[in-house]
Amino acid sequence: MQTAQETKLTINDESPKFDVESIRRDFPILGREVHGRPLIYLDSAATYQKPQVVIDAVSRYYAEDNANIHRGVHYLSQLATREYEDARVKIKRFINAAESHEIIFTRGTTESINLVSNSFGRKYIKEGDEIIISAMEHHSNIVPWQMLCEQTGARLRVIPINDAGELLIDEFIQMLNPRVKIVGVVHVSNALGTINPVKRIIELAHSHDIPVLIDGAQAAPHFKVDVQDLDVDFYAFSGHKLCGPTGTGVLYGKTAILNEMPPFMGGGDMIASVSFEKTTYNTLPHKFEAGTPHIAGGIGLGVAIDYLTGIGLDRIAAYENELLEYATELIGAIPGVKIIGTAREKASVLSFTLDTVHPHDIGTILDQEGIAVRAGHHCAQPVMKRFAVPATARASFAFYNTKEEIDKLAEGVQKVTAIFG
Amino acid sequence: MSDINELYQQVILDHNKKPRNFKVLDTANRRQEGYNPLCGDQLVLYLEMDGDVIKDVSFQGQGCAISKASASMMTAMVKGKTAAEAEVIFDEFHRMVKGEMDPATEPHHLGRLTILAGVREFPARVKCASLSWHTLHAALAGQDEPVSTE
Ligand SMILES: Cc1ncc(COP(=O)(O)O)c(C=O)c1O
Repeated sequence: MQTAQETKLTINDESPKFDVESIRRDFPILGREVHGRPLIYLDSAATYQKPQVVIDAVSRYYAEDNANIHRGVHYLSQLATREYEDARVKIKRFINAAESHEIIFTRGTTESINLVSNSFGRKYIKEGDEIIISAMEHHSNIVPWQMLCEQTGARLRVIPINDAGELLIDEFIQMLNPRVKIVGVVHVSNALGTINPVKRIIELAHSHDIPVLIDGAQAAPHFKVDVQDLDVDFYAFSGHKLCGPTGTGVLYGKTAILNEMPPFMGGGDMIASVSFEKTTYNTLPHKFEAGTPHIAGGIGLGVAIDYLTGIGLDRIAAYENELLEYATELIGAIPGVKIIGTAREKASVLSFTLDTVHPHDIGTILDQEGIAVRAGHHCAQPVMKRFAVPATARASFAFYNTKEEIDKLAEGVQKVTAIFG
Repeated sequence: MSDINELYQQVILDHNKKPRNFKVLDTANRRQEGYNPLCGDQLVLYLEMDGDVIKDVSFQGQGCAISKASASMMTAMVKGKTAAEAEVIFDEFHRMVKGEMDPATEPHHLGRLTILAGVREFPARVKCASLSWHTLHAALAGQDEPVSTE
């Protein structure tokens, strides 16, 4: 039987205050200054800052456990192997994959997508075939497919977007036909913040037996991703955008499809046996993991995932939504500001322009105030073209940001206006 | 701390707002494109060469205030100069914005261009200030390929 006090505790546990000040203390870099001002880091869409536990995990690995993995009977090699494989299991749980071997370690989203475009592409895509992507892709989900089209004679087709920065799903439905061999769509746009209805996109593509790759680089840090619920064939994301070390990333792929695909890179670890006559490839995931990986990074990513799940992705999403709403209202109200990307479903990204002031000038002036934003095309030049701007300024928010920081951003933008008159 | 007002001086803001020689030059006999891939800044420079002399010059394009003002001031500066004179100024300008030459203490031919010296405190912006000059340099060399600051 529950006592009154226990009941009260349970209620508290369900809706504890989001203690951002305590979270900020986990990130040593948030205590530093830039140009004599406290750092206000609003560029998490480019890369996340790292909590002390991740930094410690990486240096502890090098200080205490460093050895190569999967290739030693000695103690340290086995220890390192176990830690690295434990990280894989954590990632599997994080995105609710069915099997650990469906988690392939890569250097990042870019490499994950290139793995698919090379391996899947080489096997299944030929002249006259079609590849569908969207108008809001990051260059890393455009260029690999363009390269494949050049090699094979396949054709790249692009789902258009509306003025709010939302995919035109009806157009997408019209584009589906038997020549389409794969669909690649971004889950959350890094330039616009749009959250795409990927579950519906996957359903539609599957109704034509077309596999789907989702670029989850900007989704994984912001809300819970469930690859089985999405029924997605490939899901790519970056460790460094998840509070993990740079040079880490993940490709999730369904077992059946990965088993049919040829290796991407050749080398050590990805083979079962090698002779000059014939090489037999290793099983999943090793078939796709040639060479010594970023072991410390993988282990650090596992710790980052523990850290994020410790806070709770649902709470992170709710808090970041509050920040986004607050910022949209505050920055959007400054005369001359135009927000680029006004989709109904958005995550943590505020892209904007200010009258005729070029975003680089905004970026430099904010930088002098200690505020880090990104100014440029965000590796999404087709998006800039779609909105007829050369570039935007982009503030992106993480769970370690505060409303006070957004107030400072607003003051900074007002300073830009004052300078440019 | 570097002062933001050093960078965005009134003269620069004025050239940004009302760039000089900002047009297509009908009499041009050389045309050169320049890009700054990092920022997406792009510029087209038009030159009317009379033998070795830059008889007329203009530019078009889009970019930040620094790149626009620098291009505008450059066109005003080199009009009527010989290619060799322009190259000397290019070299001095380049060294000034990179902080390798202090116009306050060293001899130079930069004239009003010294107003852009503040750029040296902002390493991320050096390329913005020098894009137009690199483009001019390529045009004078008779290079046909677009130039890039990368
Ligand atoms: C939507 C999206 N896709 C892909 C990438 C590429 O990620 P990475 O550079 O980690 O490979 C990014 C990173 O900016 C991104 O935002």
